[in-house]
Amino acid sequence: MDTALLFDNAVVLLPELVLAVGVMVLMMVDIGRRGQNGSQLLAGLSVAILLLGIGASVMIWGRAPVEYLDGAISDGFALSVRLVILIAGVLGVLLSRNWFPAIERQGGAFYSLHLLAVIGMMLMGTATNLIVLFIALEIFSLALYILSGFYRENARSIEAAMKYFLLGAFASTFFVYGCALLYGAGGSSKFTQIHETLATGGGNPSLVLPGIALLLVGFGFKVSLVPFHMWTPDVYQGAPTPVTAFMSVGTKAAAFAGFFRLMMTALPSFHDQWAMPLAILAVLTMTVGNLTALRQSSVKRMLAYSGIAHAGNILIALVAGTAAASSAAAFYLFAYAFMNIGAFTVTIALERQYGNENDVEQSRLAGAAERFPVLAAAMAIFMLSLSGIPPLAGFFGKFLVFKAAVEAGWAWLVVIGVLNSAVSAYYYLRIVVAMYFQQPEQAGDEKEQPFVPASRSSVFVVVVSVLAVVVIGLQPGLWADLLRGLGQ
Amino acid sequence: MASDYLPLLILILLAAGFGVIAIGLPTLLGPRERNNQKLEPYESGIIPFSDARRRFPVKYYLVAMLFLIFDIEVIFLYPWAAVLRDLRLFALVAMIPFFIVLVVGFLYEWKKGALDWD
Repeated sequence: MDTALLFDNAVVLLPELVLAVGVMVLMMVDIGRRGQNGSQLLAGLSVAILLLGIGASVMIWGRAPVEYLDGAISDGFALSVRLVILIAGVLGVLLSRNWFPAIERQGGAFYSLHLLAVIGMMLMGTATNLIVLFIALEIFSLALYILSGFYRENARSIEAAMKYFLLGAFASTFFVYGCALLYGAGGSSKFTQIHETLATGGGNPSLVLPGIALLLVGFGFKVSLVPFHMWTPDVYQGAPTPVTAFMSVGTKAAAFAGFFRLMMTALPSFHDQWAMPLAILAVLTMTVGNLTALRQSSVKRMLAYSGIAHAGNILIALVAGTAAASSAAAFYLFAYAFMNIGAFTVTIALERQYGNENDVEQSRLAGAAERFPVLAAAMAIFMLSLSGIPPLAGFFGKFLVFKAAVEAGWAWLVVIGVLNSAVSAYYYLRIVVAMYFQQPEQAGDEKEQPFVPASRSSVFVVVVSVLAVVVIGLQPGLWADLLRGLGQ
Repeated sequence: MASDYLPLLILILLAAGFGVIAIGLPTLLGPRERNNQKLEPYESGIIPFSDARRRFPVKYYLVAMLFLIFDIEVIFLYPWAAVLRDLRLFALVAMIPFFIVLVVGFLYEWKKGALDWD
């Protein structure tokens, strides 16, 4: 084979390469540092590497899509998802800094794994090949298993890591079996080749549906669709909150990106057959997620179930299966990144106020607006945006997805989605009501606790998230043009 | 199509049959004496002096894990070496980043003290 093949179009993977080199530099700096106090340097270095990655993505933005070695493509959709993941990565690193003691000792391991997870997620969005898709899935999954158990002093964190690892490994086996069946059906591991073979009557079409079913288990687990969602609340609650914030956005963006590209470029000719099962899953996911979120007393568990419900909303776009729907999904994920990470950041700040537990009970939020007016205001904005109230970012995410679905003829699904949004408003607004209109139960005790200032980096994350949620909401057209779907 | 898998089916039947015969026949035909000597874990070996389920240093786990990682990487090199003659420079260049990553990982574990026993 020609050696030039290795370098032709390698620019497709430029952001991933920048991060991969960055991870190795980070590890070398980590073993070179003296004593215990270099972890701030490592955090700064990680942010710098991620910003370089964003720079690299911007550099290849707007070029004609090219493919690298039949495995990765640089189209608008890949770049949009990459941007979401890189932003989630930067915000995640900023939150992790100072968060827990282990990061002082093992900052190098933490930040390297964090960046490796980002690489895997980005790769998932660009993969045009079953093998690359599976490897990308494993890269970010393995990193996240370890990250979610990084708060080793906390038994729940260990439990979360164990649960996530065992169930995740199980889901991966389904996934790889699905890949094998699709390979058998299409005679190739390349998405477009599978489509061509099957569309021209070749291959072995009887293997397609079993293959989709098995892949659905793998993807469904990663994006937490009902009935593969059981791990979500436990892992989100147990994992260190900065990790939860990062992975709730990053995993969703990555897995949905891979899912969209696979279904829409490898199996569009089977759309009639996979659309209805996915529509049913979307209904189940939204409904179960929202109804269960109503009954949660912990903020992190509530956000976990809200994440499940949002996965159902994004799935509606995949059911529609049009180019417009995929760009709507990219927009949704972009908006979701800011509002969800913002909500988790406020949770982190409140955790500090209430004694560094890895979680906040909703009952403790009563009267929070009086003690922490800024945090409460930010939380209110994130909650309103998550429930989809205009003119915030979350509303336009939902609007675009629902619009694309109606245009594709899925009006009944959209009706259920809108009804679910109404249900979700109840538990999001309950937090706002608790913060602003309720009195704390033991006013005396709460007042005596000294005010713990939030760390500067989490203040920064809150400010950026609030600004983003408002600006995206006020100027949705700008961002909707920027973020591309498949085949656009 | 399906007949391609016939040898596989025969192999499975043979393997299963061998297992059934090897375990089944002695059970049916062999004499059985349930005395103390026969019920020892090792009939003519050393008499067991403690429980087999005991605690051992968790360091073995680390060593086993590191071994596994590098073992798999070396296994990857064998097929590479076998096709190197055909792929020529392509495979050689493609292997360089792999080796850099490997060396970085090795340096990291070394400097982090994963190889120190104490």
